[in-house]
Amino acid sequence: MTADGSDPGLQAPAWTKGATQRQALLRGARRAFGSLPAFVVFATAIGFGALARDAGFDLWQTLFIAATIFALPGQVVLVQQAAAGATLLAAALAVMLTSVRFLPMTVALLPWLRDGSRQRTKEYLLSHFMAITVWLESRRWLPVLPPNLRMPFFAGFALMIYVGNTSAAVIGYVVAANVPTPLAAGLVFLTPLYFGMSLILTAVQWPFAVAIAVGAIVGPVAFVYAPGFDLALSGLVGGTVAYGLKRWREGR
Amino acid sequence: MNFSVWQGEWSYILLFIAGFCVTQPWRYMGVVLSKDVSIDSEVLVWVNLVSTALVAGLVARLLLFPAGAVAEVPLALRMLAFLGGMGLFMVLRQSMAAGVLGGIGILVAGIVLIGI
Repeated sequence: MTADGSDPGLQAPAWTKGATQRQALLRGARRAFGSLPAFVVFATAIGFGALARDAGFDLWQTLFIAATIFALPGQVVLVQQAAAGATLLAAALAVMLTSVRFLPMTVALLPWLRDGSRQRTKEYLLSHFMAITVWLESRRWLPVLPPNLRMPFFAGFALMIYVGNTSAAVIGYVVAANVPTPLAAGLVFLTPLYFGMSLILTAVQWPFAVAIAVGAIVGPVAFVYAPGFDLALSGLVGGTVAYGLKRWREGR
Repeated sequence: MNFSVWQGEWSYILLFIAGFCVTQPWRYMGVVLSKDVSIDSEVLVWVNLVSTALVAGLVARLLLFPAGAVAEVPLALRMLAFLGGMGLFMVLRQSMAAGVLGGIGILVAGIVLIGI
């Protein structure tokens, strides 16, 4: 990876020569089927559907949550908060803390979508698709595309991931309702497994390892003593402790 | 379990508030700020650490205090399945498929063996 996050091994693909925006949109949509992270997200969204059903939601609520949030951690947090009987405030706070990261992510990605012309309405519409997988993949691909094809390519890719994510939630819900209980439990277990692996990948940087360790300890303790606010507390305490340690070590 | 407020037709308004309304504005603010304001990178570091710690707390909660079907599974089996999945992921060159299939495999096999 280079400093701007692009993949130095990638060059502008041959199809971009003389391609129209419409063709770029279709190419982006096709790209969603060939990307491994997209496949992983699809599987995890199936787990979300099973998890939401397990927590007591109906199919339409599950679809509604997936379609309006479109961010797996936020979706899982909301479902878990509701299942634990958390108040609206506690649920909203916890989901919000998982979503703040979209601000810097959007700021970092948008310059890559612009070709000089102002397309504010499109930018606001497309911002709904800003989620971690779309972001990571786009950072790899956008820099090597001609500027005028970037936004349509992104739109096609992100829209396809969005459709896949929401339909996977429905699939997971329906499958979990129709398989034997052990398998349904297995599908529900997909979520902690996937998040656990994602955490391991980030833990190579020591401040993140600290945040993970503190968050994993504070969370369960707070669940017992401050139910509803346990996720917010694990995030704020774990993140702030890790940040403080990082600053302290850099300051010496 | 006090699930009632999250059920029924009104639940969609609650889900919209606690879901969309606390998620999407950050994306919109990103669009606004990407124009010319440079965001303090120190704030970004903190934001990333907070969301990482929160997901860690979430994983701990999903393992220790699960709802529904997984709650019937003994804690020891849940931990064995989780740690087994993480171990396979690490040993097999960070293959997510291995971690997921291994973890789920241990859990399902354990449930069948114990006969829950």
